[in-house]
Amino acid sequence: MKISIQVSEGPYNHEASVTAINYVKAALEAGHEIFRVFFYHDGVNNGTKFATPPQDDMNIQKTWSELAAAHNIDLVVCVAAAQRRGIVDQGEMERNKKDGMNIMDGFRISGLGQLIEAGIESDRLVVFGD
Amino acid sequence: MSILHTVNKSTYERDTLEACVRLAAKGGSVLLIEDGVYSAMSGGNKSSVIENAKGDLSFYVLGPDIKARGLSEDRLIDGIKVIDYKGFVELTVSNDTVSAWL
Repeated sequence: MKISIQVSEGPYNHEASVTAINYVKAALEAGHEIFRVFFYHDGVNNGTKFATPPQDDMNIQKTWSELAAAHNIDLVVCVAAAQRRGIVDQGEMERNKKDGMNIMDGFRISGLGQLIEAGIESDRLVVFGD
Repeated sequence: MSILHTVNKSTYERDTLEACVRLAAKGGSVLLIEDGVYSAMSGGNKSSVIENAKGDLSFYVLGPDIKARGLSEDRLIDGIKVIDYKGFVELTVSNDTVSAWL
């Protein structure tokens, strides 16, 4: 089955990001395809590469990045939410004249249309948030 | 159409579980995750939310989230099934759609 995920809560807030990661791992183990993970609202903070959690803590951003690389998962950050929260890729850096970028490997910035498309293309859309 | 409802906050903190059981169609499934698992404990002031609805809805609770909080499965309201993440995925597949009460 084709499954997409929406994450609407930032990492290290409560639990939504970790629950979503555990769900994605279980779905992959069961042989399902994760079509896309869409990060919305504070969820876009899952996509920064500048986080440095303590070594004995889970690195949530890196875990997403590794999952995406291993299973070819499309990780999409909402552009409007990203602009408000300072999540920047090459295109956003040039467009908004920022002096750096912080998008994590495996993530890309795009629009809400990607969430709508995920809902249409997938058999299930599972939402995690606050 | 069967719906899996997920509730991730305790009924002692928010009213999402109460809204869910009030509006969910008979025959639906409710999965308690994260702090939502507190609502699955028997003997609480608000245990009646699930007690009164369990005839019409199937209730599930995410086992790892019970363990993470040091809660005991022995204290669960009768009739609630404990599942793991594999079971969570199976419920999303066996129902037609998933609705998160955030």
